[in-house]
Amino acid sequence: MSVNVKEAEKFEFSPENLEWTKSQLAKYPENRSESCVMPFLHRAQEQNHGWVSVPVMEYVADLLDMPYIRVHEVASFYSMYNLKPVGKHVIEVCTTTPCWLKGSDDVVKACKEELGIDFGETTKDGEYTLLEVECAGACVNAPVIAYGEEYYEDLDDESTRKFIKDLKSGAKLTPGPQNGRFKSCPIGGPTTLKDMAPQDAAFGQVDGSDV
Amino acid sequence: MLADKDRIFTNLYGFESPFLDAAKKRGDWDGTKDILARGVDSIVSEMKESGLRGRGGAGFPTGLKWSFMPKESDGRPSYLVVNADEGEPGTCKDREIMRHDPHKLIEGCLIAGFGMRAIAAYIYIRGEFVHEANVLEQAIEEANAAGLLGKNACGSGYDFNVYVHRGAGAYICGEETALIESLEGKKGQPRLKPPFPANVGVFGCPTTVNNVESIAVVPTILRRGGAWFAGLGRENNTGTKLFCISGHVNRPCNVEEEMGIPLKELIETHAGGVRGGWDNLLAIIPGGSSVHMIPKSVCDTVLMDFDSLRAEGTGLGTAAVIVMDKSTDLVRAITRLSAFYKHESCGQCTPCREGTGWMWRVMERLTKGEAEIEEIDMLLDVTKQIEGHTICALGDAAAWPVQGLFRHFRPEVERRILEYKKQHNAA
Repeated sequence: MSVNVKEAEKFEFSPENLEWTKSQLAKYPENRSESCVMPFLHRAQEQNHGWVSVPVMEYVADLLDMPYIRVHEVASFYSMYNLKPVGKHVIEVCTTTPCWLKGSDDVVKACKEELGIDFGETTKDGEYTLLEVECAGACVNAPVIAYGEEYYEDLDDESTRKFIKDLKSGAKLTPGPQNGRFKSCPIGGPTTLKDMAPQDAAFGQVDGSDV
Repeated sequence: MLADKDRIFTNLYGFESPFLDAAKKRGDWDGTKDILARGVDSIVSEMKESGLRGRGGAGFPTGLKWSFMPKESDGRPSYLVVNADEGEPGTCKDREIMRHDPHKLIEGCLIAGFGMRAIAAYIYIRGEFVHEANVLEQAIEEANAAGLLGKNACGSGYDFNVYVHRGAGAYICGEETALIESLEGKKGQPRLKPPFPANVGVFGCPTTVNNVESIAVVPTILRRGGAWFAGLGRENNTGTKLFCISGHVNRPCNVEEEMGIPLKELIETHAGGVRGGWDNLLAIIPGGSSVHMIPKSVCDTVLMDFDSLRAEGTGLGTAAVIVMDKSTDLVRAITRLSAFYKHESCGQCTPCREGTGWMWRVMERLTKGEAEIEEIDMLLDVTKQIEGHTICALGDAAAWPVQGLFRHFRPEVERRILEYKKQHNAA
């Protein structure tokens, strides 16, 4: 079991999060509060510096009146629950086929070199964790990194290194495509819905030439 | 090319705000009360007339699916569950609907929910789509505040709520019964059918699970008429469809097009053509990672719809077109998919749990050519032992890409094995 039982400090929701639990319980039928196990674990993970410890699972189980093992089953089944401590910044790189076709190997290499760590590792200062993830679901904007609440898309070696450097220096990050295109619209401009496009929209350029 | 006036997703690229004011200007929530006033039977028969087939991959007729829901309650409520656990490699269309056109989905939930006599809809969105879930939740709040949802939704006298449930990183939850288990707070392991969800679904109640795109096109179909939708595409393959074109094209993109558009036209009109020109094309996976790849010779003429692709031994799936040019190591491309399925197998059925890992390990060796020629047939035999022998279709989905590779490109793998032998005997 990959759970770090030594980190057995106490856990309980902050008053704000405890208040928030009511809004979640209200979504499901009265006798079906177990449905809240996933949202509660998500919120608890956020509060617990990005990972789900045994005390977190036990707390959530008690809150929902579930056996501990059922909560552990859920926490260990889904890949978004981290069962060991992670860095302050978790960087997830997609390497599934559509991203791989578009050069995710370069993105992976750039991340590993800039951070000095391998997949599944955290930098010594506890700042950054690098994870390999399966299909992020943004394949027409491949390759993709998921960080925080956003995706960083259309990456290559250079823009990946810039992303990591900006992250380290605290510079403002711009989510979405990193090659100047407009979301999932074709680079250079739309082939459909042209009348809807904002006047000032930038669509990027293919290979530096105007399209 | 489909005319802009026949497009349903007019904010596909997020040129405008996703929220209520802008959505209303685009025509959402227009006369929803009148649509509901037509009654359940009329709505379901209009949907049947439209010929809409489910947009999540299986292509089951949507109107027919709704009609399986109980006409009279035995005391249990009914639910609509929307499958927004988009994760089939190559697929990124539902994301655009949720972050740019969420009101189409929400209005669709109300109408579809009414059409199946449900009391609420749960939208199960993959956990990684944080931004998309936030937009969706904000749009639902707006709809509630405007009286479009909740008690007496749109002044129709009908009470209906829409909730968002966030997943946590499990591809298998895109399988409808695994999704239902997950929604109930369990591991996402598929259930044996029967009972089917229309009898026993979420919380033990009658449930229909529909894909995001299937639900989001409902309001437009009912406004413009089933006949309008059925007039697009070909018989049994009607309407418009969101296509996701990724891989080795000059301008990867999402685009809404008419069903049955030739694959070549789709790529050349909207994605700027194959990198290096059409003749540089090697193979395409036309419907998300689970379907068989097709070589250029098939791509030259095939139409993008359910029946045309099926006739070529592949499928429309989610209409996620993954393009691979001649520089592609196809064996590695498929090996990476095998790794994906190994990672995502829920572990419940032995053929899938053991088989996905087994296939991946053999594929890893085949990538290098470090194998015997006979192992190819052994591998194909194993894919046949996985396919059809598991509770859900993930086993099939893992077997098909491998089968597709050997169906069209077996000589390449054999060449690699011989090459490896030659080099290592020489050494």
